[in-house]
Amino acid sequence: MEKMPHWADIVLIPLISLFLAAILSALVILAIGENPWAAFKLMVDGALMRSSGWGYTLYYATNFMFTGLAVAVAFHARMFNIGGEGQAMLGGLGVAYVCLFIPWPHWSLALIGASLGAAMFGALWALIPAYLQAKRGSHIVITTIMFNFIAAAVLNYFLVNVLRPPRSMDPATKTFPDATHLPSFRDMFSTAETIMFRGAPANVTFFIALAACVLVWFLIWRTKLGYEIRAFGHSESGAKYAGISPVRITVISMLISGALAGLMSVNTTMGESERLVLNSTEGAGFIGIAVALMGRSHPFGVFLAAILFGFLYQGGAELALWTNIPRELIVVIQALVILFTGALDNMVRMPLEKLFLALRKKGDA
Amino acid sequence: MDFLTLLQLLDTTVRLATPLLLACLAGLYSERAGIFDIGLEGKMLAAAFFSAAFAYSTGSVWLGLLAGVGVSLVLSGIHGLASITFRGNQLISGLAITMLAGGMTVLIAQDWFKQGGRTPQLVGAARFEPITLPFAESLQGVPFFGPLYYELISGHPILVYIAFALVPITWWVLFRTRFGLRLRAVGENPASVDTAGVSVVGLRYAAVMICGVLCGLAGAYLATALQAGFVKDMTAGRGYIALAALIFAKWRPWYALWATLLFGLFQALELRPDLIETVIGIKVQVQVLGALPYVLTVVILAGFVGKAIPPRAGGEPYVKER
Repeated sequence: MEKMPHWADIVLIPLISLFLAAILSALVILAIGENPWAAFKLMVDGALMRSSGWGYTLYYATNFMFTGLAVAVAFHARMFNIGGEGQAMLGGLGVAYVCLFIPWPHWSLALIGASLGAAMFGALWALIPAYLQAKRGSHIVITTIMFNFIAAAVLNYFLVNVLRPPRSMDPATKTFPDATHLPSFRDMFSTAETIMFRGAPANVTFFIALAACVLVWFLIWRTKLGYEIRAFGHSESGAKYAGISPVRITVISMLISGALAGLMSVNTTMGESERLVLNSTEGAGFIGIAVALMGRSHPFGVFLAAILFGFLYQGGAELALWTNIPRELIVVIQALVILFTGALDNMVRMPLEKLFLALRKKGDA
Repeated sequence: MDFLTLLQLLDTTVRLATPLLLACLAGLYSERAGIFDIGLEGKMLAAAFFSAAFAYSTGSVWLGLLAGVGVSLVLSGIHGLASITFRGNQLISGLAITMLAGGMTVLIAQDWFKQGGRTPQLVGAARFEPITLPFAESLQGVPFFGPLYYELISGHPILVYIAFALVPITWWVLFRTRFGLRLRAVGENPASVDTAGVSVVGLRYAAVMICGVLCGLAGAYLATALQAGFVKDMTAGRGYIALAALIFAKWRPWYALWATLLFGLFQALELRPDLIETVIGIKVQVQVLGALPYVLTVVILAGFVGKAIPPRAGGEPYVKER
């Protein structure tokens, strides 16, 4: 018999963790000498009360959906892909090559091409750690950490020595051709009278992220491969006994994970900056971990958590603009969410389980 | 390349290897006891900030060091709570601690000093000054050994000598004392230690706390000896290089010394890329040098050259059988 109802596991525990993180963050804001309630209101105003605020919130959320799904897929196979950051960096390189060197007639074709490029580069960057984990038993967390740093060096090399236009000091590629410009939310939703999403970077990639959520859900819960991934994640020996190859599942789930992380760079590189810059990922690979933990590795949960973190990012930028609270407050909140939902999970869970057991005994008597 | 340039290169190597060595030994204690720690980076960063902040406001580098070690211990306590008491995921906990330190240091620095997330420059007694060893000045004229002694061995801050002394001490503690034997056993087979009537939880907390002290020293060295003050993200991945060195060293103290010196040499060469060109005649990209520690670690982990096998119970929370 389960110790507590299913809904408590997937809804109550993340909410309590979020609540604890929020209280601690409020204390931090108090300690800085600002008013937490005013800060929260400012965040809501800046991120959710105007269409341009939403444009930023959804832009960030797009990144976090991709990286969150990447971590979630690996979690299902009981692997911790901490290398989303590096995979996204390489994905950016894929986008840059596709956009710069293929003459695209229309943005829609360019989007397909760039997505394939990003996914392929990201997946390839996850392949080596996956292979080493499957065949040589090297711990995937350590290898993916190392690959983040190697990716940074590779990207640095390509931007400084290969792709940088001549006579430019900036380590970045030249601007992508006009034909690869993706329609932004402003282009899509503005009417002749009212301009919506003014100046916001959210673009058509958001819908690809939504599609990715649905596809991942379908893959994990509605296909044979998804079943095998989950079986492998629950019990490696059980999966082996059922004839599931651990090497195959490890490699395939990491390839999917890497491809999802790589796709993030379509949003940042092609959608926003329209050229590849050195720090286009901005830590989104790590936020994906918080998003996946918070969303309990379910695509719908990831979607909600990504919106939440998108709100935090945009709200945090507003705070930095109008108050003395630096942007790093968001990093603190993110760390607290990871700490409570990931590492201190049992601290929340154990008392709650006791509570539900006690309630049930009372009900029985 | 003349002798003096070589000595200067090695001198830089020693200075850059010291924080790596301290953090690597910190990780060694923790991982030998079965607690993975990818939060070395965060603890170093927090210690760097608090040591610089306290050294600046009190004017005493020793009080700064104490504050740095203190905050590192607090973070270690959180890691212990998450991974030992609540049996959570040690990797996630380490990651969260690194992020927490990255955010909090800038937040507090901005609140206290209002200089964009840095501390003011440290001067005088707020910094660890280089120590000139006895006779270094007078023996300078002796050929070969004089400059070697003066340039390379003498003239480092006290923390450098402490770091190097910690290598034999760590070896002795781990391999020649009862505490060390139990510590290693708890990382390999905690159930046997428990059966022998020794507290697994106590030993693991002890290891995590030692790790905290050493990370504190490493962070304080960065902010008050290597540089004069704290800047945002000043650890710059050193915690992860230390982790790489730990794997490279196969969780052994003497190997840790050689691994961190090697990685320190890479960092020193990164600052002087012209030296490689003059010696081997090929232009090596700086990015290659930067990535080399990580590439080497992956190769070692893959087991193509001498397999690195981690402590067997590493990363596993211990649950007493009922």
